[in-house]
Amino acid sequence: MELMDVSLVDWSRAQFAMTAMYHWLFVPLTLGLGVIMSIMESLYVKTGKEEWKKAAKFWMTLFGVNFAIGVATGIILEFEFGTNWSNYSWFVGDIFGAPLAIEAIVAFFMEATFISIMFFGWKKVSKKFHLASTWLTVLGATISALWILVANAWMQYPVGMEFNPDSVRNEMIDFWSILLSPVALNKFFHTVLSAWVLSGLFVMGVSSWYLLKKREVDFALKSIMVASVFGIFSALLLAFTGDGSSYHVAQRQPMKLAAMEGLYEGKTGAGLIAFGILNSHKKSYNDSINPYAFKVEIPKMLSLLAYKDPNAFVPGIKNIIDGGYQTHNGVALSFEEKQARGKAAIQSLANYQKAVNAKDTVDAALHKAQLKENYAQFGYGYLDKPEELIPHVPTVFYSFHIMVLLGLYFIALFGLVFFFSYRKKIEQAKWLQWICLWTIPMGYVAGELGWAVAEVGRQPWAIQDVLPLQAAISSISTNSVKITFFLFLVLFSVLLLAEVRIMLKQIKKGPDKVV
Amino acid sequence: MITYSFLQHYWWFLISLLGGILAFLLFIQGGQTMLFTLSKTEDERRLLINVLGRKWEFTFTTLVTFGGAFFASFPLFYSTSFGGAYWVWMAILFCFTLQAVSYEFQSKQGNVFGQGTYRAFLFITGLLSTFLIGVAIATFFTGSDFLINKGNITNQLAPVISQWQNSWNGLEALLNLRNLSLGFAVFFLARTQALLFFINRVKNQAMEARFRKNLWINALPFVVFFLVFVIWTLLSEGFAIDSATGIVSMEKFKYFTNLIEMPVVLGLLLIGVVAVLYGIGRSFISINFKNGIWYSGIGTVLTVCCLFLLVGYNNTAFYPASPNLQSSLSIFNASSSLFTLKAMSLVSLLIPVVLVYIIIAWRSMEKKRTDINDIKNDDHAY
Ligand code: HDD
Ligand code: HEM
Ligand code: HEM
Repeated sequence: MELMDVSLVDWSRAQFAMTAMYHWLFVPLTLGLGVIMSIMESLYVKTGKEEWKKAAKFWMTLFGVNFAIGVATGIILEFEFGTNWSNYSWFVGDIFGAPLAIEAIVAFFMEATFISIMFFGWKKVSKKFHLASTWLTVLGATISALWILVANAWMQYPVGMEFNPDSVRNEMIDFWSILLSPVALNKFFHTVLSAWVLSGLFVMGVSSWYLLKKREVDFALKSIMVASVFGIFSALLLAFTGDGSSYHVAQRQPMKLAAMEGLYEGKTGAGLIAFGILNSHKKSYNDSINPYAFKVEIPKMLSLLAYKDPNAFVPGIKNIIDGGYQTHNGVALSFEEKQARGKAAIQSLANYQKAVNAKDTVDAALHKAQLKENYAQFGYGYLDKPEELIPHVPTVFYSFHIMVLLGLYFIALFGLVFFFSYRKKIEQAKWLQWICLWTIPMGYVAGELGWAVAEVGRQPWAIQDVLPLQAAISSISTNSVKITFFLFLVLFSVLLLAEVRIMLKQIKKGPDKVV
Repeated sequence: MITYSFLQHYWWFLISLLGGILAFLLFIQGGQTMLFTLSKTEDERRLLINVLGRKWEFTFTTLVTFGGAFFASFPLFYSTSFGGAYWVWMAILFCFTLQAVSYEFQSKQGNVFGQGTYRAFLFITGLLSTFLIGVAIATFFTGSDFLINKGNITNQLAPVISQWQNSWNGLEALLNLRNLSLGFAVFFLARTQALLFFINRVKNQAMEARFRKNLWINALPFVVFFLVFVIWTLLSEGFAIDSATGIVSMEKFKYFTNLIEMPVVLGLLLIGVVAVLYGIGRSFISINFKNGIWYSGIGTVLTVCCLFLLVGYNNTAFYPASPNLQSSLSIFNASSSLFTLKAMSLVSLLIPVVLVYIIIAWRSMEKKRTDINDIKNDDHAY
């Protein structure tokens, strides 16, 4: 038996993160552009105006190019749970596999079926049937997002399960609590709305380019109007659900919250960092060096957001490791205590297996009871040092803050563009058109950073408190993973390059001559 | 009564059915390997690409569903096979990734590598994916090189429970002739089916003559390789589970015995094989017969489904472990818990709904056969 090696864990993470981040370059545009073009097609069916049809078809072409590569990257992700996180797949497959299967059955088929009518059925089916197909394609994509996010939320906040020492696996005991987990619902809305925002920015940016070039003016103005209304609405809700996300993180993943805010020493009435720079001299969680080189703080705001009480105590990284502070369900345990309980749980499991093999039912029952008692900290048994509990603070901190600032900026931008477009002044406002054009990449940046907050912030856990990464892995040689990592990196990059160039060509051609 | 065992059988049936549908839909991949042989002009090539391209999503979705259903219902298989036979699965995934974009990108300006490159991708990925999927499925009958020890989880330093025993990580399956014969069988079957599909969908006399001419070059090797695999399998030892103790042992003529003991499976298998042969044979003999794909398609679904049932039912280990038979996976020891299977079974009741809308959509789109003018007049054609 080979010992698990650290670099294997790191390469597997890198591979998964790389695939996921590429996937996320394409998914949001699929989700959001889908809605925008469906709205346009609805306007066409309602008003009978050919311009709306032309607009819908133009955005649909871009949708198609983007969609294909979204599928290509998604299929890899689906199987990477098996190829690279095999222990994980087995340990929680009972729960985690279900949403993935449901996603495929209820969502992907819907997408796959209606997309072909959407693209190729203009002349073959009636107007209404076509419109329904367009909406169903988007609905399929959105339902798929729901299920995959249910799965992801469950990793952050595992509910509805029970460990079975006989099958040595977590088993589902409550389907509804997994689906209706508040974390899952919030995550779904935050993520899908972020996709809508990104697509609003995309449509606004591309249309502005036409205005700058003085081409397709009527089409561009129409698109901007739709995108800005859609955008304001989405961006406001996005900020609202983002607040919901912070609240859930505070309740369930206090370490992630502490990393998001760079908070080492907890305090009551904690302030929210509006803008900050971390001090690179801080080396350890328990040295006394000030973690910030610079910060602008909104007093008491963090306590208020995280616990709905301006004077609540927010634990910092050091507190979470040392334990001893009051939480809603008693005094927090220290890392050492949790680790001891985790090791005890793992030992009880080993003893239980021995007792079962020796057919000693009395002993087995005893160990089973002990295991159950300590199972909540099972995952801590695999950790050695308290430092392993801390995610990479700068990544989480900056990602979070940049995402939030961008979110506020997007609200302002959508508002401004809507105002100008309502007043019919957008055509003259060149400066605003330039801003819209250059904001397109920002939407992507914010989305990717969001995932960095959520996923890097959850380290070292594959499943919060239950399974750390090093126990989630597949046992393959590090070299194999390295090779596939680079193969996929090259493949995805090359395909991305082609995708971007095709998009640019289509945009240059304009809505009159798409294809 | 809905027992645990019933649900395990039910889910193995769904997996088998999905396997059958997947094998059928591989005709798209098979068609990709003949784009150049079957067309003389660019217009003809474009026609073929479009006729196939409008269906590519279905193979993908079925593959994903196949994977997802395996994950949810038999997670131990998912983790053992994908994490162990790493290279085979990665190669298959790599093919599918390339293929997904190739249809959409090949005809678009600015695609960086040029149309020829994407079409070459279509060719290579069609070839490799059909062949490798065949080889991977054959290991269900021939065994793989892994061990499972659930006790590992309590070993903090090496907690992984499924361990592949060699560093080829699945590529070793290519050294087994029986695996290869199924690989080739699937490859030629996919091509044969593609020809039947073209005969059915493409409106062009000159091309149709070419489709028919190519039929026997592909059908014959398919039949030969398929028979080699089936006869070899029926004659060889299989991985039997003692229903009382759960102990796995080698049993002579196990798969043959399974057939005899499960007459329904035997019957369906025979119907399937006959349907495939009928679809091919009649298309070959009669120029006016265009519906061969329906016979051979349904036949393929039945046949492959039955092969899966053969390896999973009747106390057989469906994913045998060669180094130690007791690590072998069966529908009993690899399945999810009763609760999950129940919940998933409720979800599976939606499958008929899915089928109905697929049929409605398909019929609304395929009222007429496609010719070159249709493609020229379609502003979204590939
Ligand atoms: C919030 C949305 C979202 C998220 C977080 C993910 N996906 Fe995704 N996925 C989609 C939203 C989506 C989509 C919008 O529905 C796609 C994009 C393009 C498409 O065809 O559908 C898609 C496609 C897609 C496909 C191809 C489906 C097909 O053949 O049609 C697979 C297999 C996956 N995804 C699997 C995954 C996995 C395993 C993920 C987790 C790591 C994941 N996706 C994250
Ligand atoms: C599509 C958007 C997603 C992005 C951009 C993303 C991002 C990331 C990143 C950056 C990592 C690496 C974290 C690290 O190693 O520090 C990661 C790991 C991981 N993510 Fe995600 N994630 C996404 C979606 C999901 C979803 C929806 C799931 C679950 C269904 C998921 C499950 C995982 C798993 C299993 C790992 C590997 C284990 C780990 O490193 O924690 N991810 N992801
Ligand atoms: C406006 C203020 C915003 C706030 C307060 C906010 C808050 C958050 C928080 C706390 C998380 C982590 C959730 C978790 O770990 O479970 C998160 C994740 C995320 N954010 Fe934001 N966010 C904001 C804006 C944005 C914007 C503008 C985008 C992109 C356009 C975005 C995209 C995402 C994504 C994709 C994720 C990962 C999925 C998830 O975990 O929900 N967010 N956000």
